[in-house]
Amino acid sequence: MIVASNLTKRYPGGYEAVRDVSFEISAGQMALITGHSGAGKTTLVKLIASIERPTSGSLVVNGQNLAALRRSAIPYVRRHFGMVFQDQKLLFDRSALDNVMLPLEIAGLPRREAVRRAQAALDKVGLLAREKAQPIALSGGEQQRLAIARAVVNRPTVLLADEPTGNLDAESAGEILAIFSAFHQVGVTVVVATHDQSWIERHQPNNVLRLDHGSLR
Amino acid sequence: MSAWFSHHRAALASAFRRLWATPLNTVLSLLVIGIALTLPGAGYVLLDNLRDLGRNASGVQQISLFMNVEASKKEVGEIESRLKAASAGKWQFVPKEEALKRMQKSEGMAEIVASLPRNPLPDAFIIEPNNTEPEALEIMRKEISGWPKVAHVQLDSAWVKRFDAFLKLGKLALWMLAGIFGAGLVAVTFNTIRLQVMAQAAEIEVARMIGATDGFIRRPFYYYGALQGGLGGLLAAGLVAGAVRLLGGPVSELASLYGGQFVLTGPRPFDALVLAAVGAALGWLGAQLSVSLSLRKFD
Repeated sequence: MIVASNLTKRYPGGYEAVRDVSFEISAGQMALITGHSGAGKTTLVKLIASIERPTSGSLVVNGQNLAALRRSAIPYVRRHFGMVFQDQKLLFDRSALDNVMLPLEIAGLPRREAVRRAQAALDKVGLLAREKAQPIALSGGEQQRLAIARAVVNRPTVLLADEPTGNLDAESAGEILAIFSAFHQVGVTVVVATHDQSWIERHQPNNVLRLDHGSLR
Repeated sequence: MSAWFSHHRAALASAFRRLWATPLNTVLSLLVIGIALTLPGAGYVLLDNLRDLGRNASGVQQISLFMNVEASKKEVGEIESRLKAASAGKWQFVPKEEALKRMQKSEGMAEIVASLPRNPLPDAFIIEPNNTEPEALEIMRKEISGWPKVAHVQLDSAWVKRFDAFLKLGKLALWMLAGIFGAGLVAVTFNTIRLQVMAQAAEIEVARMIGATDGFIRRPFYYYGALQGGLGGLLAAGLVAGAVRLLGGPVSELASLYGGQFVLTGPRPFDALVLAAVGAALGWLGAQLSVSLSLRKFD
């Protein structure tokens, strides 16, 4: 599903955030990317989601080498992934429902169908009752669940999350973990970057990638 | 196909929402664009009216040939046979006695004519040439001038030529004006779209990261620019129509004082449509330039 070989990302200025990394994540796995802060977790997630492009090496997702992708093909590759960002990137000028609708608008779904699916996604994360709420009125845990609803609404094959429990208390973090587990159990490939060791203890993930200064240990 | 349609409908709806969301900005932008398009629009209507005026007044092209006052009957006959030989067109001979009689009939001229010791008017021919090309008329005028005992040849269409030249100049000036104000419209749209992109930065960033194509992001701005320009064009047409309506009465009055009849005609619905289409096209162009520059930082 996701195969990286000798993957390197060097930023302008020469800093290597990810250095010569090789790994494989199979379909349906729950994979964790762990490491200290600054180890390259976020960069690796962005590489997988084709938000960043590799400097060298290859990264094959669903049989497509992301390193050799044409610029115009990138948006379509990104749609395979449901992204949950570290800072959530919710839009504060619209309701919870409209936030979840955005990926469906991008895909060009008819509005009625989009509303139905967005409501279903909100229901899965327990936020259906708050569909009309503005994100600013939601708690930190609720905002994170809203971000997850937006990530899964277009039924992605891979759910990619960057520190999804980073700023949450234990209880909210537990809820988020449970939601990811539920998606994993119905066959979605889940890739989570986190420094939170409790993920490993509670999930027994199939695959743990430990990053240290950009390299895999 | 249905995704394509739904994308365009959504982009248009979003453009309308954005116009509606900031009414003051929208009204101000529309005024700027409307006024910028009003000047060339008004110039066009003015030229259109003048052209109508010229077309009505020019009528038949004539050449007036005046004989020397002392020319004898025989010499006049000579000219007549030359005209026949040249087969220049139809002509009418106006003897000096006839011309004097006509003059007597004119208002207030009878006494003046009566007080004259002798008839000062010459014999004349009024020629309606077959070939009314300006060049042909000029050649004919020159040829006739050289004939014996011809005192003066007058091309009655000379003023039409001057008028045409004036219209041509006006048209050129109008195009220059339209070019300048068109560029102004593009610049105004460029700036409003730039501000829009800045205001939508968060949405653009997120949409890009979750798989929006360039087209998805750009389309609402194109529609916004085109809508703004199109509405500005309609506003301009309205302003011109209003001005024509206000000026129509006084202009007709003025014309009647000169013994003429003239009705100022305003922009037709088709002209309004053209103005709106031009506004929309320029708005689209401004949006395209602006979006291309503004979106670079999101790459």
